[in-house]
Amino acid sequence: MSANGSPPRAIPRDSFASRLIEAVAGLADRPMAWIQHAVGGRGMAYVFLAPNILFFGLFVFLPIGINMAMSLTGGTNLFLSERPFVGGDHYRALMQCGSYLDPASCREDHFWKGVSNTLKFTLFQMVAMVGTALVTALVLNRKIRGRGFFRAVYFFPVLLSPVVVALIWKWILQRDGLLNGAITLAGGEKILFFVEPGWAMFWAVFVSVWAHMGFYTLILLAGLQAIPADLYEAAEMDGTKPMRVLTRITLPLLWPNLVVVLVLVLIKAVQTFDEVFVLTGGGPGTATLMVVQYIYETAFANQVQNFGLAAAASMLLGSLLFALTMLQLWIARRKAA
Amino acid sequence: MNRRHWLAGALVAVALASSPVQAQTTLRMTWYSDGNEGEVMRDLLNRFEAGNPGIKVVLDTVPFKAINENLPVQLAAGQGPDMARIVDFGGLAKFALDLRPHLANAPNWEQNFGPFLEWMREPGNTTAIPGYMTQLTVTGPLVNKTLFEQAGVAIPGPKATWDDWAKAAKAVADKVKAPYPVAFDRSGHRFFGLAVSQGAKMIGADGLPTPSDEGFRRAAQLIVDWHKSGVMSKELWGSVSGTAYRGANEEFKNAQVPFYLSGSWQIAQFDKTVGNAFDWIAAPTPCGPANCSGMPGGAGVIGIKATKHPAEVAKVMDFLASEPILSEFYARTLFVPGHIGIAKKGVAYRGASAQAAAALKVFGDAVGALDPAAYRIQGNAYSRIVFNAAISRIGQAVAGEITIDDAIKRIDADVAQQVAERNKK
Amino acid sequence: MSRVTSLLRQTRRPGRLGWTDILSYGYLALGVVLMFGPVLWLVLSSLKTPAALLEFPPSFLPLTQKTISVPGHARPLELHRVRLPDGSVKELAQVRRIGIQATMIDPADPARPAIRVPIEAREPIREIAFAWSNYTEPLKQFAFGRYFANSLIVTILATIITLLINSMAAYALAIYEFRGKNAALLMVIGTLMIPITIVLVPVFLVVTQLGLNNSLWAVILPGAATPTGVFLLRQYMLTLPRDLIEAARMDKASEWQIYSRIVMPLTLPALAVLAIFSIMWRWNEFLWPLAVLTKSEVYTLQIGLNAFQGELQTQWHYLLAMTVMTLAPVALVFVFLQRFITTGIANTGMK
Repeated sequence: MSANGSPPRAIPRDSFASRLIEAVAGLADRPMAWIQHAVGGRGMAYVFLAPNILFFGLFVFLPIGINMAMSLTGGTNLFLSERPFVGGDHYRALMQCGSYLDPASCREDHFWKGVSNTLKFTLFQMVAMVGTALVTALVLNRKIRGRGFFRAVYFFPVLLSPVVVALIWKWILQRDGLLNGAITLAGGEKILFFVEPGWAMFWAVFVSVWAHMGFYTLILLAGLQAIPADLYEAAEMDGTKPMRVLTRITLPLLWPNLVVVLVLVLIKAVQTFDEVFVLTGGGPGTATLMVVQYIYETAFANQVQNFGLAAAASMLLGSLLFALTMLQLWIARRKAA
Repeated sequence: MNRRHWLAGALVAVALASSPVQAQTTLRMTWYSDGNEGEVMRDLLNRFEAGNPGIKVVLDTVPFKAINENLPVQLAAGQGPDMARIVDFGGLAKFALDLRPHLANAPNWEQNFGPFLEWMREPGNTTAIPGYMTQLTVTGPLVNKTLFEQAGVAIPGPKATWDDWAKAAKAVADKVKAPYPVAFDRSGHRFFGLAVSQGAKMIGADGLPTPSDEGFRRAAQLIVDWHKSGVMSKELWGSVSGTAYRGANEEFKNAQVPFYLSGSWQIAQFDKTVGNAFDWIAAPTPCGPANCSGMPGGAGVIGIKATKHPAEVAKVMDFLASEPILSEFYARTLFVPGHIGIAKKGVAYRGASAQAAAALKVFGDAVGALDPAAYRIQGNAYSRIVFNAAISRIGQAVAGEITIDDAIKRIDADVAQQVAERNKK
Repeated sequence: MSRVTSLLRQTRRPGRLGWTDILSYGYLALGVVLMFGPVLWLVLSSLKTPAALLEFPPSFLPLTQKTISVPGHARPLELHRVRLPDGSVKELAQVRRIGIQATMIDPADPARPAIRVPIEAREPIREIAFAWSNYTEPLKQFAFGRYFANSLIVTILATIITLLINSMAAYALAIYEFRGKNAALLMVIGTLMIPITIVLVPVFLVVTQLGLNNSLWAVILPGAATPTGVFLLRQYMLTLPRDLIEAARMDKASEWQIYSRIVMPLTLPALAVLAIFSIMWRWNEFLWPLAVLTKSEVYTLQIGLNAFQGELQTQWHYLLAMTVMTLAPVALVFVFLQRFITTGIANTGMK
């Protein structure tokens, strides 16, 4: 593109969309110009950042601060001013373990069981999710008949609320559900999926992949479509093997999208709660109890709404997640470099 | 965000905040529904509004989980309604309004709701009138009579023990290949429906809970043993965690359960969904070493202390709790009456089949057979703590994660920790 | 040789199918069954009667007992297929059932004396029947229109605010160098994974102090500044060519104009992804609205829907029917937005 020529446009000039943008954004031109005059071009960075930071401060950082204060107080009152200070009691209770490798030896065994289940779930789910989304995106990127239809089909489950997703699959997987019906028809024995810990975890992962895969497929598909066709043509002329094209052209060029997908999948997996809860109820026993479920139940579902303990648990979880995100981004950056 | 956006936003905000101006008092009642009771309530409230043009009552129907989980937080923040239908009386007692000063006929309330008023009061308070019962529930067995007939097994008689029933149900299930010989709802309250008859008392001398007494242990052991011997299936108690509720009503409806320990609230539903598929009856609670008692329970409407219109709230409550209105409510919802006068007279249930009416009668009689210990357990302010701890840990024992001894140790520790937290001031 | 591109881009030659195509179509066919089957089943289930809904094993189609009117009987009788003692099979109508014995008559010849049949020997005959009352009944007591409007307001306003403030922040973090940038970045990334579920109580306290309870703003505002959105958009903006911005600066465009006229349109695919993300999330959000909205005039659809869940019973037939109704609008939105994502990038010719 030339330095003084018109920039490449995503939206055709004079289209309805471009006129809409012009009309809406144009309203702010004057005030923004005054502001820029006042703060200078570089100062505009802060202006652009300000609204988001304001919301962030009010609804993320302030609550995290309150949460921290709450984790140091006890009792069942809601307002901080009415809650007695207990120091690190909640943290001590959470960390009181016979052995850190065995959740059952801890005083708050369900918290540690939740952490370990969540880690397990996250790991399995990330591999399965990224794998299937990538394969699906590759297939959907081919020139196939009815591409629009197939894309819609894979995306459709994304529209369902977590509760509905879990309910559908619960009906399919129960003792006399559709799947066991098919198994007995094929001459097999009914399997009680929600009584076997291994099966319960498998289906928890499967159902969450089923429900969200479409969204990640879409992101990867967008990345695949942006890879210039001439790269493939050049590879073809050089006689490069298909696998090599995949690893040398497709995947590296897809890397930015893959990082986005990996981060999003990780975030969503760690936050998993209602979907798995409605599907397995955290069972059998505590085999699929997630840490967010523990925190939610401690703060809400029990008669004694133990906000302090829940806050302490969420602070511990928060620091763990922070470390995980940093680690993941560090790996992604090294890989990209 | 530019000025137009804010303007548009502000307009929406104003539109949202201001409903049409009303000169009258608007009261809000937070409500939840298991079946048709919301419709019936609305109908009765319409009648009240017609007679009292100055008062309007809005029914805010929420998912049940909001009643236990969100309502306490909202009340603590001063954001609650004027009235609410609740089940955890002990937990919410401190937010309840004492209607007594505003009631014309307080003795009448005491007479008809006496034992239940105790459930709703804060510990130590003996005079407050916080609300009335929308229903009394009582735990008890529902039996698939047709399965027993098909198997050729006699249905145990009125004074049969738990053991008799377990054996009979297992025999039936083996014959007709039903996967759940005995089913209990996965709920701490239902567990106590067994534990009371085993002699569980739950409460120590100081009024604080002492969950793991002899009777409790016996009941826990029975549950675990039944799972081991195949009398119960792990799918109900073993398949979910924590305090998650899991009913067996769907399994019963599909004729997979000969003996189902649940309670009076299932009747209306079974009357509709089972239809003519099989015959079912309600049976008296089986006997244990201590007694033959199940557990009472129920839901009620209470006034909220923070209301700005206590007199109007009392007026609404007085209307709803009056004998003709409440009697109509019970009759149309197929609920067991939580009003002593109405219970004595009996309720003419509307639209119930002969089968359902007979079952309602059995449960109505079971109320009279309740042991005082069962009432004390239900009325204790800490009961939900114990129910939750019990179901969570016994569930783990059933799943085979921990032993029964560990489970009981955990229950004691969980309860002690929560009681201590609650009493931190 | 052309296999290289064919594997990744297209079929080998129009009109001919290679093994990769067969594999692809196989995968897609499986996808249709696996992805769409359950959704279809949900829609069909929403048309079942409460009794049919709880039935084991579940049927795919909404089936109910077939009945027949027989002269001399006031109510229609259930029709069954009965295996008679002589081994023949006949369609009979059931007059009554007592215990494990059923009394049946031949509907074609009701005058003939009734026969008694053990219940194992009969099998109900069923027919497809759609329970439209699952839709019509709740609409009478369920303020669908109002909840729908509330959900719509929340979703649209929240998505617009999210897109605007997130893209502005992302623009600042992607394009400028300034003091405190690293701190701001760390703030965004550090909070990426905190779910609102675990800070529900503190956010509730903040909202209460702001006096926002029972206003739709209490649902809209707290989630507006998503770290996810900032992260997503910034990643995308980093790939935009810098000289474009420099050129515009040279043309004396203001910073706001560069952002709104050049960067925003180019970020459209990422914005569309974020929009879908935000719409799905807001439309289906449940726990948070439940905590701050207590008055039915501000309920969103999800609260209204879940109010069919009681303490001891859930009215599934209503819940499912209303769920299907809430699905339709988001399906439309998706059809509209997905085009932006997949075609938007190709047109720009940029990476």
